[in-house]
Amino acid sequence: MNFDLTEDHVMLRETVRAFAEEQAGPGAEERDEHEEFPMDLWKQCAELGLTGVNFPEEYGGAGMDYVSYSLTIEELSRVDASLGVTISAHSSLCANPIYKFGTEEQKQKYLVPLATGEKMGAFGLTENMAGTDSSATKTTAVKEGDEYVINGTKIFITNGYYADVYVITAQMDKSKGNKGITAFIVEKDTPGFTFGKKEKKMGIRSSATYELVFENCRIPAENLLGQEGGGFKVAMTTLDYGRIGIASQAIGIAQGAYEAALKYAKERVQFGQPIANFQVNQFKLADMWMKIEAARLMVHKACYVADNYDNRTLSPYAAAAKTMASEVANEVARQAVQIFGGYGYTREYPVERMMRDAKITEIYEGTSEVQRIVVASHILKD
Amino acid sequence: MNIVVTLKQTFDTEANIVLKDGKIDATGVNMVMNPYDEFAVEEALKLREKDGGEVVIVCMGGADSEKAVRTALAMGADRAVLINDPALDASDEWVRAEVLAKAIKDIPFDLLLAGRIAVDDQSSQVAVRVAEVLGMPSVTSILKLDVDGGKATVTREIDGGTETIEVPLPAMLTAQKGLNEPRYPTMPGIMKAKKKEMKTVTLADLGLNAADFAPKMTAPVYSLPEARKAGVVIAGEEPIDAVKKLVKLLHEEAKVV
Repeated sequence: MNFDLTEDHVMLRETVRAFAEEQAGPGAEERDEHEEFPMDLWKQCAELGLTGVNFPEEYGGAGMDYVSYSLTIEELSRVDASLGVTISAHSSLCANPIYKFGTEEQKQKYLVPLATGEKMGAFGLTENMAGTDSSATKTTAVKEGDEYVINGTKIFITNGYYADVYVITAQMDKSKGNKGITAFIVEKDTPGFTFGKKEKKMGIRSSATYELVFENCRIPAENLLGQEGGGFKVAMTTLDYGRIGIASQAIGIAQGAYEAALKYAKERVQFGQPIANFQVNQFKLADMWMKIEAARLMVHKACYVADNYDNRTLSPYAAAAKTMASEVANEVARQAVQIFGGYGYTREYPVERMMRDAKITEIYEGTSEVQRIVVASHILKD
Repeated sequence: MNIVVTLKQTFDTEANIVLKDGKIDATGVNMVMNPYDEFAVEEALKLREKDGGEVVIVCMGGADSEKAVRTALAMGADRAVLINDPALDASDEWVRAEVLAKAIKDIPFDLLLAGRIAVDDQSSQVAVRVAEVLGMPSVTSILKLDVDGGKATVTREIDGGTETIEVPLPAMLTAQKGLNEPRYPTMPGIMKAKKKEMKTVTLADLGLNAADFAPKMTAPVYSLPEARKAGVVIAGEEPIDAVKKLVKLLHEEAKVV
């Protein structure tokens, strides 16, 4: 049992922190204001190897573990949660299912350029009638000769429009429900594949969220990911691991908000003294610190399980970590705004953005309610 | 071209300096590569990318200096020598220069690079003394470097401007802020650094005798700068009197007007 980060972890964290503070920090407010996708930062992340942290070297990654991945997303999100989710969705939701379920050919063709960051990835599962209930997926795939023909619309797709490679799910046999769902790899610019509306969001406004529209989109049969009818498993496994990314994003938001509040509390003078002298604020800051510490430990535990066990074992730990971290992020960001008082409600300080950014972590990649179902089914299974 | 970069691990520049029993207390302080040495490492890597060769890091320090050395390896340096000997704990600039020079002699090199100053003791002595021991020229505070065959053309900072100097190689050049923008270590670089050679050597390994290197200089006292005094508020007076009092204080106490 050891709580120390390794030398590699420390060097990674210091590097990503310096990169985030120096390169992502200065424009974060501006990008949020104008909903501007961080394309330049994406390229810099690719150069640093942040686009494939936890994939093996032979597939273009850095060959690091899940703790490294978590620290990466945390440090990026501490400064800019939109950049954090851009990297997380790319890595966890597109590169990872290809790594876990792809054939060797698919890994060479898609995983390698994804991990090196030459290409960006996205994942299309959600539809207007299929959110938590993925069995209601209406997008269809029909096999015709050596092609699959895809029709339907996916919504709320992170990295949509900007991504080059999309892992999507479609229904091949409606009578089978979840067992008819199948996963495919679709490249941008495939005829019949276009983008619908861009969402205007409350938070993570500089991350891209688009509709994917498939109209008789024909993809080669070799772009089937996993088995026909195996798409539900692909999606659920992908989300089990993906929750580590979102949990880490939430920790990053919480840490960023806490640090801003701590600094402000020491500087802001009322009644002739820094407001950090008042016990009411000390208790708030202490609670923030404790909650972040607890949530981060849960996230690192989930990373450990991801590195050492299978996804079935991981599932409840990842769900619990994501729920805890996202709820902590919301509570901490809310209290940070409270410590800033009126200033916290303005866009002059970053806590306003952090509070908006935090909310989505309780919703995407499985709502907190779904996470509780996952945890409950684990503890009640016998 | 083969390049040796000497580097030092120092306190993070944001660290809070605390004295304990008259000595600087390093407990809990984040240690980093001396920021000026980062410029030297970056310049060496750029030259290697252009002309090939090898970049070797030479560092003197305790085992904890491995962190700074690993960072240089993760940035892309090829290998490193860490001189770690308890006899060097209280070394002065003379000792450090003599020992570093001895270690460097065993490495084939065309150019030596270092930071112009270490942010901790700020002596700016060791690099130029190394050049002196090795009998080669040194140019300090360089802002621009062009290497062509056996000579280097460097632009260095002088009071109120710059000067351009040509110097034959091998030579020791020390890096000033502005020479370049140091790269971040990449994630694959961090992983590769673990497999690179980091040779730890003692004085005996270098063929040196600790008894010959008793420091000539010691630092018996360290002190912190005086704490900033609270400001003075001139209250309850007519504006004209308050201004008079303020000017008097600025003149006699603060001595700024």
